[in-house]
Amino acid sequence: MSVNLTLLIVMGALYACGIYLILERSLTRVLLGLMLLANATNLLILATGGYSGLAPLYSKDIAAQDYNDPLPQALILTSIVISFAVTAFMLGIIYRTWVLARQDEIQDDVEDLRVAVTPSFDAEDDAEIPEETSEFPVATVVAGGREIPAERAAAEEKPGSNNVAPGPEGVGK
Amino acid sequence: MNIASFAPLAVVLPILGAALTFLLIRHSRAQRAVSIALLSLTLLLECFLLASVWDGGTAAVTIGGWLPPWGIVMVVDQFSSLMLVVSSAVSLAVLVYATGQGMADGDQDAPVSIFHPTYLILVAGVSNAFLSGDLFNLYVGFEILLTASYVLMTLGGTGPRIRAGVTYVVVSVVSSVLFLISIAMVYGATGTVNMADLAIKLGELDQGTKTLLHVMLLVAFGIKAAVFPLSFWLPDSYPTAPAPVTAVFAGLLTKVGVYAMVRTETLLFPGDTLNTPLMVAALLTMVVGILGALAQDDIKRLLSFTLVSHIGYMVFGLAMSSTAGLGAAVFYVAHHITIQTSLFLVTGLIERRGGSSSVDRLGGLAKLSPLLALLFFVPAMNLAGIPPFSGFLGKVGLMQAGIELGTPLAYALVIGGVLTSLLTLLAVARVWNRAFWRSPADAEHPDPVLLAPPLARVAGPGAKRNTVTLLPRTMVGSTLGLVVLGVALTVFAGPLFTVSDQAAEDMLDRTSYIHAVLGEDTVVPMVLTSGGGK
Repeated sequence: MSVNLTLLIVMGALYACGIYLILERSLTRVLLGLMLLANATNLLILATGGYSGLAPLYSKDIAAQDYNDPLPQALILTSIVISFAVTAFMLGIIYRTWVLARQDEIQDDVEDLRVAVTPSFDAEDDAEIPEETSEFPVATVVAGGREIPAERAAAEEKPGSNNVAPGPEGVGK
Repeated sequence: MNIASFAPLAVVLPILGAALTFLLIRHSRAQRAVSIALLSLTLLLECFLLASVWDGGTAAVTIGGWLPPWGIVMVVDQFSSLMLVVSSAVSLAVLVYATGQGMADGDQDAPVSIFHPTYLILVAGVSNAFLSGDLFNLYVGFEILLTASYVLMTLGGTGPRIRAGVTYVVVSVVSSVLFLISIAMVYGATGTVNMADLAIKLGELDQGTKTLLHVMLLVAFGIKAAVFPLSFWLPDSYPTAPAPVTAVFAGLLTKVGVYAMVRTETLLFPGDTLNTPLMVAALLTMVVGILGALAQDDIKRLLSFTLVSHIGYMVFGLAMSSTAGLGAAVFYVAHHITIQTSLFLVTGLIERRGGSSSVDRLGGLAKLSPLLALLFFVPAMNLAGIPPFSGFLGKVGLMQAGIELGTPLAYALVIGGVLTSLLTLLAVARVWNRAFWRSPADAEHPDPVLLAPPLARVAGPGAKRNTVTLLPRTMVGSTLGLVVLGVALTVFAGPLFTVSDQAAEDMLDRTSYIHAVLGEDTVVPMVLTSGGGK
């Protein structure tokens, strides 16, 4: 298959401009970008039809290879109709945006922004819980006839502790 | 005369209905009657189509007397007719729901007179895409359904809907342009757009060209099916539309994308060249989607994220390109269309009864309306994959196929699938706990509707009705119908799985499809896989 270089260059330029335009925030430019993309694609389809030839109207005197390939043109016709409908709809949307907000720009999604600023802290899951969760906290423990703070008693119970607390049972040994 | 010759009616009937309802735009009662009648007729026809291919086989209808590969072909096989029946059943239920809502609310929120013609055109587009045996006709089907969906998405033209609509329209148009570019390139490379013809001619191309075309088509369909990383548009745009519209979009539109991906993978580009990237995409779609769902407070947004996440399961089944995997994927698509749509319909009911779809504002719904709680609970558990529901059966099928495949990546996907299923359960359980179980007074910002005593006159959507009429019978009835259909998928899972497995076998074999379209004496080329054998 051979292709027309001019068509290819025009197509490339249209694609480049189209992609540049749809990255803009202004809706009118986005629409222009979409139109350029659609037209560039139409040129691409045309290019797949190969060399230009005679109109595909059947005549006995014309050899089969002299006709133009009619299928790409039928495809382009369909795609033109579709892009026409989409363009009309987009113009309606742009007008509506202008009526509602007096601006021609794509708005931020409110819910997205809300999720983005929500802190990762969750009151139910991440709140600080006091270490002592018993309903009746123990303050002191009676050991060997004297009261010692619960924390110290717990430390003395741990393995490796040599029970250094001075007290009645330690005296005199 | 074969019943399959009537397949084009599945497209023609809804379009006829659209024309009639457009003429009847000032007579809303006649409009409702016409659209429901024609859609029921379509559903009936599609049931006959499914019955005609239930035991296997493929039928092709050439349109306008142009023989393939030149003319347009419509192909009825098990997969396409199953999709047709499920999609029409779901759209009929949503239509009944929407008319119920329209009768209850009047025309302020959604101008129903425009709704009917547009909705029927959407259904026609979906049917056309499912039946198409031609790449360009598939594109036209996509465009029909997308253009209708643009109108439905921005129904009423309020600020948030226009904002969401712009994202949706621009993303869809770009994906359509990509699809059209791929069609042009396919035509340039092979000189045909007929899918059966392409199945033969694409095989003769060199590997580089083939991979390029393959990737382009998959990207175009991936955007429509919302496969990660092409899925970010979906949770942004779906939740703002009216409840029935979101429901039908969630059920059908992404599945049409999945359907196109399945056809591309099995018919046009058989073999396993892109299976690894597809599997990675499936894993990321599942996990990223469900993590997004966990961060949401709004039920509609949460469901949109679970929708993205569960597309991953279907892509997983497809990427295995084994009969077991593909069969499970086909079953999963049918299951997911029904379940996801019913969940969105229930959310619409929750929004009416509770005044909001945000779990921050909801509470105590289980006590206020036990039926509503049941309607939410059954599909929610089904979605999460709790036994014995169809969601569980579909996931088990996928896991089995994954373990059968036995590669490390397949095991990673199996683990990812189980994880996603558990996280889905967590997401829906959180909604259940907060919206249904706790007392309304415990809600962070309780809606006044919930705190009002029964039969009190309250201001809500549709304003100044008492709390009992917030749930019209038609809306509850149609939702109930869909939930029952979801349960029926569980009850009849056995025969359904047999059909999906057969459909998968036929699709991987390709002979039946190509012979039906191009004639019995066409030579079907062998499929080369790097692993050797299917």
